[in-house]
Amino acid sequence: MSVVPDTTTKITFTENNTLFNKDGVQFIINPYDELAITRGLELAEANSGSVTVVHVGPAENEASIRKALSMGVTDSIRIDALAIDAQFVAEQIAEIAHGYDLILTGRESIDYNGGAVCGLLGALLNIPSANVVTEINYADGTFSFTRDIDGGREMMSCKGPVVASAQKDLCEPRIPNMRGIMAARTKPLQIVSPKTIVNASQVSSYESPAPKSGVKLIDPSNAQELIHILRNELKVI
Amino acid sequence: MSVIVFVEIDNQQYKKSSLEAISYGKKIAQTMGISCIALSLDTLSDTATLGTYGADRVISLSHNAAFTSDNSAQLLADACKQLSAQIVVVSNTYTGKSLAPRLAVALDASLATNVISLPDTNGGFKVKRGVFSGKAFAYTDLSKSTKVLAITPNTFDIDNSGSSATVETLAVSAEASKISIDKSDKEMGKVPLTEAEIVISAGRGLKGPENWNLIEELADLMGAATACSKPVSDMGWRPHAEHVGQTGITIKPNLYVAIGISGAIQHLAGVSSSKTIVAINKDPEAPFFKAADYGIVGDAFEVIPQLIHALKN
Repeated sequence: MSVVPDTTTKITFTENNTLFNKDGVQFIINPYDELAITRGLELAEANSGSVTVVHVGPAENEASIRKALSMGVTDSIRIDALAIDAQFVAEQIAEIAHGYDLILTGRESIDYNGGAVCGLLGALLNIPSANVVTEINYADGTFSFTRDIDGGREMMSCKGPVVASAQKDLCEPRIPNMRGIMAARTKPLQIVSPKTIVNASQVSSYESPAPKSGVKLIDPSNAQELIHILRNELKVI
Repeated sequence: MSVIVFVEIDNQQYKKSSLEAISYGKKIAQTMGISCIALSLDTLSDTATLGTYGADRVISLSHNAAFTSDNSAQLLADACKQLSAQIVVVSNTYTGKSLAPRLAVALDASLATNVISLPDTNGGFKVKRGVFSGKAFAYTDLSKSTKVLAITPNTFDIDNSGSSATVETLAVSAEASKISIDKSDKEMGKVPLTEAEIVISAGRGLKGPENWNLIEELADLMGAATACSKPVSDMGWRPHAEHVGQTGITIKPNLYVAIGISGAIQHLAGVSSSKTIVAINKDPEAPFFKAADYGIVGDAFEVIPQLIHALKN
């Protein structure tokens, strides 16, 4: 589970564009991870299983872990480190991911958009990975998935353990109820020290997109002018 | 040492994004003084022409494995090891994004996805990546000696000034896949949204799914893919695969036309890298007009028929 800036956040940077500016930013559970948690809960409930949520991040993110617990998650692990990149996160999770039947991630986090942790975990644990899934079912020891592929979708299946990344449409995110919120207060949150790894990458600086120079308005009664511009001036159609 | 470019095949043709990747790989190879090798999982009638896009060598893999995410990555990793790959380039497509992480682990490489620049190799290896769903860019240093780069489609030009190459074959192997592919549904001839050069997108301003025939007609005439805003996909008017924006798909076509979409920050995040943006909205205060290059303040149901009429002439 990743903790990311709320989708309405205006993204700015500090320290000479080397650090994301957290000032006044509301942090939330990554929206795709909320889907992963929800579907994980639904599958566990139907098969008398349990769900563990794992987060790589600092103590200040524990409010989001408690939210996951209040959704119905059984227990939680926080790996006490700042996430450096997808490879760092996957290496940390791989350390504690043995023994689970199904590992779920989001399709990507909406901050760094790497979309890599699912495949990295699959390779590190030498298990199958199913990227960008919109359906997960389980019967008789076999998981079946529907996943987005370029220009269409694919139905695939395999035995567990398997890792999959959640795409929109997988389910409706579960909203915690009062009983869940009360229960979450006393659910286990284990804090684990990170494994030392060699960094694969490091962000050196950030940049914001250049602002648009200004819109050129076209008279709505003469809309065909737009086609003329696109065809003859910009030559894009 | 070599730059390896993995080329994707769709409907018995090489994808445009893969040709972009070869031309990109060639530029890196030239800078580093090494060769650029295009790797194809299959041999097609025009495999040799991959040379014209910049591949010094074109290699078709010989193997007997089914293509799944786990063993395709193993086949490619085997080839990369045999060819002493220093840089591996894939497209940032669903296929490329499934393979790249597994390849990075197999090769003990640094991985960068959403790459939108050539590497800066002055004293290191730095690439520019799209982050925060289009709201920012990050310059990222890759420190391992081998690198896997997933480059964003529609970002780099195709250079076809090279010459045709002789197709070599290379024997590779993988363990039996643990995955069974039960069914694959592809809309033939339809360009995936992330690779489309022109995208026509519509929002709640269209009032209902029954009006999408207007959008589809306009898109057909312009050779465009269709997309939609989050509310439209949430209400089930259009499939989720068409949702562009921060929690949908991030795209960067040459031309993005937004009709009846107000332009919330989450939507703009996913489309703001488009080269030219046109906004059509009846509300002159719609935030989209601040992010657009061209705008028409008018009713979609009056403007679209005019555009269709102009395109037919």
